Amino acid sequence: MSEPHISVRNLTMAYGSRVIQSNLEFDINRGDIFVIMGGSGCGKSTLLKHMLGLLSPAAGDILYDGQSFFAASEEQQDAMRRRWGITYQSGGLFSAMTLAENVGLPLQLYTPYSAADRADIIAYKLALVGLAGYQNYYPSEISGGMRKRAALARAIALDPEILFFDEPSAGLDPISSSLLDELIVQLQSSTGATVVMVTHELPSIFAIATNSVYLDATSKTMIAYGDPKILRDHSDQPVVRQFLAREASSSATAEEPS
Amino acid sequence: MTQQSPGFDLITRDRDSAVLMISGDWIQGNSHQDFQSLKEDLCCIVAPELIVDGEQLGQWDSVLMAFLLQCYNQCRDDGIAFSMRNVPANVNQLLEVASTVPTHDPGAAPGSSWRDWFDPEHLLRQLRSATVDSLAFIGELCIALSRLVIGQASTRFSDFRHFCYQAGPNAFAIISLTSVLVGMILAYLGAVQLQQFGAEIYVADLVVIGMLREMGVLMTAVVMAGRTGAAYAAQLGTMQTNEEIDAITTMGISPMEFLVVPRILALVVMMPLLTLYANLLGVIGGGIVAGGMGITPLMYIAQGEGAVALNHLCVGLIKSVVFGLLIAVAGCRSGINSGRSSAAVGQAATEAVVTAVVYLIVADAAINIIFQQLDI
Repeated sequence: MSEPHISVRNLTMAYGSRVIQSNLEFDINRGDIFVIMGGSGCGKSTLLKHMLGLLSPAAGDILYDGQSFFAASEEQQDAMRRRWGITYQSGGLFSAMTLAENVGLPLQLYTPYSAADRADIIAYKLALVGLAGYQNYYPSEISGGMRKRAALARAIALDPEILFFDEPSAGLDPISSSLLDELIVQLQSSTGATVVMVTHELPSIFAIATNSVYLDATSKTMIAYGDPKILRDHSDQPVVRQFLAREASSSATAEEPS
Repeated sequence: MTQQSPGFDLITRDRDSAVLMISGDWIQGNSHQDFQSLKEDLCCIVAPELIVDGEQLGQWDSVLMAFLLQCYNQCRDDGIAFSMRNVPANVNQLLEVASTVPTHDPGAAPGSSWRDWFDPEHLLRQLRSATVDSLAFIGELCIALSRLVIGQASTRFSDFRHFCYQAGPNAFAIISLTSVLVGMILAYLGAVQLQQFGAEIYVADLVVIGMLREMGVLMTAVVMAGRTGAAYAAQLGTMQTNEEIDAITTMGISPMEFLVVPRILALVVMMPLLTLYANLLGVIGGGIVAGGMGITPLMYIAQGEGAVALNHLCVGLIKSVVFGLLIAVAGCRSGINSGRSSAAVGQAATEAVVTAVVYLIVADAAINIIFQQLDI
């Protein structure tokens, strides 16, 4: 394996003086479907926001292709971001724009396509996520599951190298959620992109993840790293085995309020 | 079955254990001795173990559980072992569930004395962070505007057009109503005073100069602060809540160029036009009142025409540009810095209107003083 696509180096995250997670250190290889797991409020979404550069770390660094994100100049950061596709927990679609405009915005800003070509690409991207013909709908006019898929269409508009998902299947019924998983796997295998997702949906984790990290709320650091299927049976941490086997026990740790 | 009043009895026969006998019906509606009276006794016991005996317990519900949980927590804090015997199995089970997760320590409780909420240091810190936020916002806005001038900004013309439409033509109805009424108010106010000198005809001068220099632009600005400034704050605040601003940032687009600049430019462009419209309608409103006082429309127009001067008009228009900028900046800044909840969006909208109105009044006073000194 060549050098890792994303490396998190000794990362400490804090809101003011409240430390969320510390000493995170892991690599994500090219083409991985990498899952960030952990109990509620352990800092999964916060880690993702750090990886996206929306929050600055209290200590440590995140490297993309060996290049530090936080030490890079603003232009370099923008250039790096253009190679990413992101969907947010609440979708993050622009509510004042139609689906076509949502998907078309990154194309309009960063590609030299003509308006006609752009419309074709938008139609193709929407068809990929099963939303062909919904170009002129506003995000408020479609269902929650469709919004998640529309957000995915926007995320893949620029054929990104890395796809970030924040709880992609949260709030979806089991069928829609497994369809979305399938879609992510298909897109990943056909484009070769690296996928990083935050989730605690066990079916998704076992169905698609190839690597993972488990963040623990009590010790405020990562306590497991590896393929979740292997971690479920062989992790030396009882909490991780419980999480992945969906067991509660009297020694289960308390949930901290987020 | 008759109900027995609930009670408890703490028995300490020897040094090794203390027994808490629970008796009667511990159900809602039956008053019992509260925990405080037991607490003092519990503090005094020296035994390493407290046994709760439920042999004489009748009916029970959450009242009993709440009491037992307090006993349990007190024993845990004092390092006394806690056990129960002869109690229904589900009492044991419920207590176990309730005590699995340790009680969260909320940290130091905020004090209630006046010193705690009137803390000058805290106020100064707030002032400092508000000032820093504002300066940062202005700085970023200047950068975005300069990038717009050299054609590098990712501002979309279609957004600008959309906001112009929202701020301009959509506001006609409310602006018409307010400016006609303000014109009429000015005319009444003046007419009553001028009548005493028999100089009613000068009502025309009063209305024209008053509207052009001051009232037309100020009323338009107040309406726009409530209408458009609050809308900007609410829109941007909602976008913050929906993670839309995060999405824009991670697309490598500056939210300032993409969201703030078109809104600010739209209001700065539309304000002078609305002000002109408001001036016209205000003068017409004054004319209606003047007509009622026996001044014919022709006389009113002829007299008013003499009062119209370019400098009065320019004063109003300069003010309108400044006010438009201030309203839009106040609205966008509150929206961009809004928190991520529905309450925070409401707060942002309120803050936008309040700061905008304060800015308007202060700026109006300042501009008037400057123009007074310059003799314009």
